[in-house]
Amino acid sequence: MQIDLRTVSIKQQRNTFDHLARRFGDKPASRYQEASYDIQATENLHYRPTWDPDQLIYDASITKIVMADWYALKDPRQYFYNNYTLARARQQETAEANFTFVESRGLVEMLPAELKQVALDVLVPLRHAAWGANMHNSFISGYGYAAIFTQACMFHAMDNLGIAQYLSRLGLLLGDQEALVDGKTAWMDDEAWQPLRRYVEDCLVVRDPFELFVAQNVALDGLLYPLVYERIVDGTLSTQGASSVAMLCQFMSDWFDETRKWVDAVIKVAAAESEHNRLILQEWTDKWSQRAAVALLPVARKALAADAEEVVGEEVAAFKARLKKIGVDI
Amino acid sequence: MSTVFIALQANEDTRPIIDAIVQDNPTAIVNREPAMVKIDVPGSMTIRRETIEEHIGRAYDLQELQINLITLSGHVDEDEDQFTLRWNS
Repeated sequence: MQIDLRTVSIKQQRNTFDHLARRFGDKPASRYQEASYDIQATENLHYRPTWDPDQLIYDASITKIVMADWYALKDPRQYFYNNYTLARARQQETAEANFTFVESRGLVEMLPAELKQVALDVLVPLRHAAWGANMHNSFISGYGYAAIFTQACMFHAMDNLGIAQYLSRLGLLLGDQEALVDGKTAWMDDEAWQPLRRYVEDCLVVRDPFELFVAQNVALDGLLYPLVYERIVDGTLSTQGASSVAMLCQFMSDWFDETRKWVDAVIKVAAAESEHNRLILQEWTDKWSQRAAVALLPVARKALAADAEEVVGEEVAAFKARLKKIGVDI
Repeated sequence: MSTVFIALQANEDTRPIIDAIVQDNPTAIVNREPAMVKIDVPGSMTIRRETIEEHIGRAYDLQELQINLITLSGHVDEDEDQFTLRWNS
């Protein structure tokens, strides 16, 4: 008896979901598209929320920004739950290894005392700012429109919580529990931290999710991360011999480089949508970045002393150049 | 003109790569076989790192191509930024 083996090609009836076929044509969709587009319900929401009858449950009019299609705000990193958690798990392993390396080699004891103090003074109170960023992004996620945008904000919120935890661990490693207590006291009472604290707390009452996005993710992060992690930690502290602090802050530098692409893409698309949007974004960015620069100056002074003003000025210029590239000229 | 081709496994990883190849090589003919995608291009085929990165949204090392590569035909000219197949005659 002879058996013939042959390949039978079975063609699938559907390539993808209908709503994706309407957007992208009838072809296999990526997991990101399946997990992000048109996920949020838009119809049959009969009742207004009892906690705020003035708005709909998903309401595009809470923000002043107007988009014909909110799903245009896609994430160039294409993060959805699965690949986001995988990416962060990998980074967590690296961070864990860095902490272990610094602990096991006794690198903390080798830090010059004054540099250790600078690192503690500048970094530990920032965990409260990172917690604020977590709250703000949760808010955007709750009140923003379109799953493609809000899911990325939720990831951003969790990242900020992670950063707050890394900063706490850094504090515990460098200065034990007192470091965290001192950090809290500085955040609450030290003159130098009050403008930043005011900034973060004022953001807690901003009701426009997109304005909050600009205030937190564009203006504050856009100045704080290059200033603190590039200039102070990787620059000043490392060159003077505290490169182990830079190792502990590796996640923050990498994270900022990565998330900046997403923030830029969101602003670029929103600004290109209409002149109306562009003007609003321009006004918000201008307003919040000026405040952020003022708030960060006294923090920069803690590490850079007399150079602080010049360095903050350079970072503001770099920030403006970055925004100009994405269509917001301030 | 002779044809070069590359055959990749058909899976979630290669979908954006195939899109990138088609974008960079307008004359590409995509044959979707069971579990395999074979792309023929008359003359030469160029796979660019940048285009793939645009499609997958992260940094890409062209050597990752080998993971899902089944076979190819043509002389290979490869560097960090692009992977070219052509017949040197």
